[in-house]
Amino acid sequence: MIALILRDLRRGYTGGGATLTLGFFLLVAILFPFAIGPDAKLLARVGGGVIWAAALLAALLPVERLIGPDLETGVFDQLAVRGHPLPIVAAAKIAGHWLAFAPPVMGAALLSAALLGLPGKTIVAVLAGLAIGTPGLAALAVATGALTAGLRGAGAIAGLVLLPLAIPLLIFGAGAIEGGMGGLKLLGAVSLLLLAGAPFVSAAAIRIGME
Amino acid sequence: MSASLTLSDVACRRGGRLLFAGVTLAVTARGALVVTGANGCGKSSLLRMIAGLLPPFAGDVQVEGRIALLGEASALDGERVLSAALAFWAKLDGLADPDARVAGALADVALQDLADVPVRLLSTGQRRRAALARVIASRADLWLLDEPATGLDGASVVLLEQVLARHRARGGIAVVATHQPLDLPGAATIDLAAFRAEAA
Repeated sequence: MIALILRDLRRGYTGGGATLTLGFFLLVAILFPFAIGPDAKLLARVGGGVIWAAALLAALLPVERLIGPDLETGVFDQLAVRGHPLPIVAAAKIAGHWLAFAPPVMGAALLSAALLGLPGKTIVAVLAGLAIGTPGLAALAVATGALTAGLRGAGAIAGLVLLPLAIPLLIFGAGAIEGGMGGLKLLGAVSLLLLAGAPFVSAAAIRIGME
Repeated sequence: MSASLTLSDVACRRGGRLLFAGVTLAVTARGALVVTGANGCGKSSLLRMIAGLLPPFAGDVQVEGRIALLGEASALDGERVLSAALAFWAKLDGLADPDARVAGALADVALQDLADVPVRLLSTGQRRRAALARVIASRADLWLLDEPATGLDGASVVLLEQVLARHRARGGIAVVATHQPLDLPGAATIDLAAFRAEAA
């Protein structure tokens, strides 16, 4: 399965996915000061939440490319014929996607934090939260990608599926900025829950897609 | 372990329609089976059923040996060069020396000169041969080929026949769904249209 993780990782970075995520994230973060005005105090207060909202939106970008193309080109057929269980394949996809997705998001978060003028303590809390929350976000993205694979306008539907399910991550992630350890623990719990469930949901959806 | 394939009273149902029923057959090592029939009569479904990708609606599928499937799509990453895309699957097959197997398979389908070309630049026929190379490199016992001759020129069809003959000489089994006549000595033929289920 390492081969599969490496393949997805390579596809994530060579396909321009990483730069796209980074650029989109930064753009969203830059839009907020335009919308709410250049009040440094206000920006420093809402900045953490802005970064979390931007992370959520950036998580939507690659959803369409995670499962759909592989389903279409028969990659999952070939894996199944070779006797690889689909939940393990889905878990490898999640790992590969997280490795390709988390570093650009963390990098973009750091840059946005500087742009928004966040205090050091908030930056640490946001980055810690993202490190804990992005595995859950990656799991959710793969599951959504599997559920919407092959649909017309999959990207738009993926937003409707993914964003509501990501609300707990957003609440606890943004909450951890003020609430400290308690919020991070709850964020970890949600992230683990998504990680545990997503491989099976994805596998079931992929199996339906293969028939 | 010698390869074998046994279907007993297999039926296939797709989208609420019974495509075929009562298919019973056995293929042993060195054997070949040609599946024919009109479009939509369930040739691909039969192959996917043997591959274990579709559960049979009724009946039983028994397979001895490792399976390799050549489906409609090549399952090769378009942006990678041909040899690397094939090596990805050859490594997943878990056999020793994947690079040598890929090189041998590319030579078998006369694509050795294109090993460094990205897969997306290959023509339809070349991509078909590349997918065939993936099957060859897997060294599987049972080959399931869905329309392997589609898009192939005359010389490539001869290559395909030679490859199939070598595979069978090594004790392998080939199940080929095709519309084009292929020279497969001693192959059994099954016309799925004859097993079309009465309107259910």
